[in-house]
Amino acid sequence: MNQIKMELTQEEKEILAGKQGATLQKVMESVILYGEVFGAKRLVPLNGPVHLVTSFGIPLLKPVFEMMDELIEHGIKTKESFTVDPRPLDYDNVKCNLLEKLVFRIMYGKQKEYEEQLQKVGLKNENAFSCTCYLPEVGNTPSKGDILAWAESSAVVYANSVLGARSNRNSGIIELCCGIIAKAPEFGLLTEEGRKAKWLVEVKTSKAPNAQVLGSAIGMKVVEDVPYIIGLDHFLGTGLSTDTRDYLKDMGAASASNGAVGLFHVENITPEAVEKQRGLLVDNYQRYIIDDQEIERVIKSYPLMWKKKEARPKVCFIGCPHLSLEQLEHWSEKISLALKEAGREKVSIPTLLCAAPDVVKAFKKDKTRYNQLLETGAQITSICALMYMNNPLCAKQPVITNSNKLRTYTTAKFLLDEELLEQLVH
Amino acid sequence: MKEKIFKGRVVLAGNTTGEAVVSRQGLNLLASYQKSALKKAKRVICSDQNNSDLYKKDLTDKIICLPQTIGSTTGGMVLETVVQMGIGPKAMLFSEHIDSLAAAGIILSDVWLKSRIITIDQLGTDFLACVQDGQTVEIKEDGTVIIR
Repeated sequence: MNQIKMELTQEEKEILAGKQGATLQKVMESVILYGEVFGAKRLVPLNGPVHLVTSFGIPLLKPVFEMMDELIEHGIKTKESFTVDPRPLDYDNVKCNLLEKLVFRIMYGKQKEYEEQLQKVGLKNENAFSCTCYLPEVGNTPSKGDILAWAESSAVVYANSVLGARSNRNSGIIELCCGIIAKAPEFGLLTEEGRKAKWLVEVKTSKAPNAQVLGSAIGMKVVEDVPYIIGLDHFLGTGLSTDTRDYLKDMGAASASNGAVGLFHVENITPEAVEKQRGLLVDNYQRYIIDDQEIERVIKSYPLMWKKKEARPKVCFIGCPHLSLEQLEHWSEKISLALKEAGREKVSIPTLLCAAPDVVKAFKKDKTRYNQLLETGAQITSICALMYMNNPLCAKQPVITNSNKLRTYTTAKFLLDEELLEQLVH
Repeated sequence: MKEKIFKGRVVLAGNTTGEAVVSRQGLNLLASYQKSALKKAKRVICSDQNNSDLYKKDLTDKIICLPQTIGSTTGGMVLETVVQMGIGPKAMLFSEHIDSLAAAGIILSDVWLKSRIITIDQLGTDFLACVQDGQTVEIKEDGTVIIR
């Protein structure tokens, strides 16, 4: 890929030639080479801030820290202030023993320095740490048609599918490079052609499938292709209610982590499907039918990684990706009600509800609601459950979750919402 | 065994010979590398429980043959990190078009670390059906891949 084929503006050519310094040259070169690989013909301006995937100060990520230092040294930052994935630690709300803390101190030993680096290259604020940057409380919420350069697979698939914005599934650092030059190479999900569906997914279940399992099934089948999903409106209704948005948030995250889905269309629900309907399907699309048996098959295919398969769970994580304000309210109510019905006062397993700092702030404004949750014994945190589980000592614990993303990357056991609730109150 | 020759698109050019490890399903970079990287191990043992082809296999300095990479968008940085640690792959051979995560990883390594992972893509499904773990693979800078 030595010969640059992309059409560049005079300014872009000058930056690439190093006329604005060697560091900016490397930033531009990274973005251009990345675009060249995918046949991008040009760079297009971004309409919104970037969202970064790298929020953790793991000392081994030396190339990232070195690059940050170089950017800071030359006064280079993103054109617009950005959001970033959740922090890996929250000792106030997520209890750890001394040994676990010791390991965390080693694992995320550069957290403080890295957060300082993030601030210097354009971080929005102290609360900008969440994988759900698009929620209204967090505020990095793109509009339909906006060109973006996001990383964080669950945020990309949400922005593309539910909001109708346009972002490729960028890898970490590439999104930062795009944010610095405020441009992205035009290819893939940024183009009309790239947003067409190669799969028709027919949901033919007897009831609304669990969002996390449906997303997992779709991701494993279509891998990185775009699916056009029909039959979901039968259960979710048409258009985008808050509940539907939350359902698609969780479904999308599972499809992105169990496969590599960056965009899905749902008939009569998501903006482009409403607008263009089945015209979004390519000729000769493939078909995938999801019925009750297929959902069952997918659930049974998940390996259980616990050493003692029958162990009593020690931690429960709900909220990967982070919960919306409405989901936080629902879970708070569901846990309270289930405890009442079981004749118990507190959850029997340490339970962590994960949400963005700004969502937690909004939730806490209603003192009655907040106190009702605290009385159940559950805790709210803005931690990244996945990064918590990266600690080998935490990974050894029997952790349960309703997140398929967390299951995929860790030893956590996946349970359906009802099964999870059952475990919490007994 | 008779030599088998395939031709793909050159993404990052170079000449090399090495031992193949084959993932017939999407390779999850984060899930595969994170355990070894976190432990600062001297060899990478694939830790992706969902990848029955590669789970617990040694990936260090091997030529990874795969359709594409999948999973978390930290993938590219993970690749760049293992390259800097000296435990990255020698080359990557994709049967399909390279995906955005792997592309970022090889480009960031090339531009910021000046370390090259020779990469050829679009080698076709026949390539992936043919190549086996442990075989010697020769890569030429014009995108020719010879399996011995």
